[in-house]
Amino acid sequence: MAVSAAPRLSLGPVLYYWGRDELFDFYARIAATEVDIVYLGETVCSRRRALRSADWMQLAEQLQAAGKEVVLSTLTLVEAASELGAMRQLCGNGRFCVEANDMGAVNLLSGQQTFVTGPAINIYNSRTLQVLAGRGLKRWVLPVELGREALAEIQRQRPQGVETEVFVHGRLPLAYSARCFTARAHRLPKDDCRYRCLDYPDGLLMSTREDEDFLVLNGIQTQSARTCNLLAELDDMLALGVDVLRISPQSRHTERIIHTFHERLHGACSVAAALRMLETVTAGDRCNGYWYGAPGMDVCNTPEAACP
Amino acid sequence: MELVCPAGNLPALKTAVDHGADAVYIGFRDDTNARHFAGLNFDEKRSRAGIRYAHEHGAKVFVAINTYAQAAGWSRWQQAVDRAAGLGVDALILADIGVLDYAAGRWPDLRLHLSVQGSATNAEAIRFYHDCFDIRRVVLPRVLSLKQVQQVAAQSPVPVEVFGFGSLCVMVEGRCLLSSYVTGQSPNTFGACSPASAVRWEETAAGLESRLNNVLIDRYGEHEPAAYPTLCKGRFEVRGNTGYAIEEPTSLNTLALLPELQAMGIAAIKIEGRQRSPAYVRQVTQVWRAALDSCHKNPGQYRPDSPGLEALQTVSEGSQTTLGAYHRPWQ
Repeated sequence: MAVSAAPRLSLGPVLYYWGRDELFDFYARIAATEVDIVYLGETVCSRRRALRSADWMQLAEQLQAAGKEVVLSTLTLVEAASELGAMRQLCGNGRFCVEANDMGAVNLLSGQQTFVTGPAINIYNSRTLQVLAGRGLKRWVLPVELGREALAEIQRQRPQGVETEVFVHGRLPLAYSARCFTARAHRLPKDDCRYRCLDYPDGLLMSTREDEDFLVLNGIQTQSARTCNLLAELDDMLALGVDVLRISPQSRHTERIIHTFHERLHGACSVAAALRMLETVTAGDRCNGYWYGAPGMDVCNTPEAACP
Repeated sequence: MELVCPAGNLPALKTAVDHGADAVYIGFRDDTNARHFAGLNFDEKRSRAGIRYAHEHGAKVFVAINTYAQAAGWSRWQQAVDRAAGLGVDALILADIGVLDYAAGRWPDLRLHLSVQGSATNAEAIRFYHDCFDIRRVVLPRVLSLKQVQQVAAQSPVPVEVFGFGSLCVMVEGRCLLSSYVTGQSPNTFGACSPASAVRWEETAAGLESRLNNVLIDRYGEHEPAAYPTLCKGRFEVRGNTGYAIEEPTSLNTLALLPELQAMGIAAIKIEGRQRSPAYVRQVTQVWRAALDSCHKNPGQYRPDSPGLEALQTVSEGSQTTLGAYHRPWQ
């Protein structure tokens, strides 16, 4: 793999509820990693207020000073008037680029400043991409349920100047609800959840009745219990002209994961060695099915050398 | 308030019209609509007959083309829009931005509604679709509390339609990929959730088991009624407890909220269930027609009547109903 063709690495927003100190420590470590772009902000639940917007801005400045491109991410499910107000403020921050995770944010940013769309904005075809490019879209994240084939079609007609980002590592954000499942698991009402999410830095595991890890409850968000890992598919990314690869934070070893992707992108280790390394540090079993048009939880096309 | 009823086939459409639906919504026989089930939906000939029947009886017909067009199949969505326009339908119910853009450009006089699958939960999102595609109505996802519905309705640039009755999605519509995670097919990509082709029932020593692509969704004791394995309504383990971790099998029923919805200026009430039988459509349309008429006549005196509530109960999932997200404690 040629260095010049290597896509940049991004770190997605922290999807879980971590405390203030954890977040500051985490981003201090991230500043020293090879990651190029950092998405910052609370995207899941407006009740999570360990950091105020001034704190996020401070982190944004620190990361920018460390040479990172910083993007501020909006909430994904925007319902209450207060949430709309916060989103307005974020979209009008005037300093940093914004990742819109709700169409309301897309509307606020349209024609005002260039923006990024996150994985929960439904861009399933190039005509959609064209419309959004006309409103100021500069980068989009492929919806996680789409794979190689769908992306190839879209890339063929991608509007000029629009970059493509793919979610390549992390538990997959699969669904959003008005209901808080973490509070429900504790038999607490959502409005008095006692911030139970703080107890689950990688989400709360939900298993089937035959003890198979199935999904992860993260407040109003539901994630895959398995960790999407497209490290073995990086050649596809290069062939398709993907510009940015997104790694989604987990509570431990995120720096190692970033480093492994960076090494692999620059040919410093084999796919097999990189997969073995990731296996020791990821939160759940590996999956990559969506990329191959299969069920998302499936594991497809594993290079033989990576098998134990 | 307009009563919008589901029709999965021509007999259901006629039943809905005969029993007082102001509008019926239908889909074509492919993955361009969110009830893409075998044996369901309308080909061109039946669409034509249905539209004629509805129009002769003073009812409207909306066509749902509300899945997300994937690049490789784009022409199917384009053809569905053109076919519906050619048939003279009263509105299209769309979700995909690309499809909306095509429809608005090609058929500027055709009325467009934003589908619930478009996931617009706030006025800013609705404004986007209004500014870009001149939508005339929005269908709200079933995730807002009554107070939030009121705020959105007050600020929305277009009239609002809400769900009144039927199977309940606990996740935001258009933003749930659980089904494709397990089966490869989702409402967005394929027009079905927990598709029947992936379902397997098995009698085992531990009880009757339902599986979705081999994932155990539920297991039933001897006297427990079994339900279709919609994956968010199965029983799972969280923190050592087994139960409905996401949602029970239950249906939404907002009959009790009609006066409030009317006072908010809600334009239309939608009934879920294109996959259900004409008998379901008849029962539900009758109850809702009577309730809407009674509420319209005298909202102050309106109370949902018990025979009506009972009738709805019997056709509900798990024979139980909920106010869902409208009622804050449910959340």
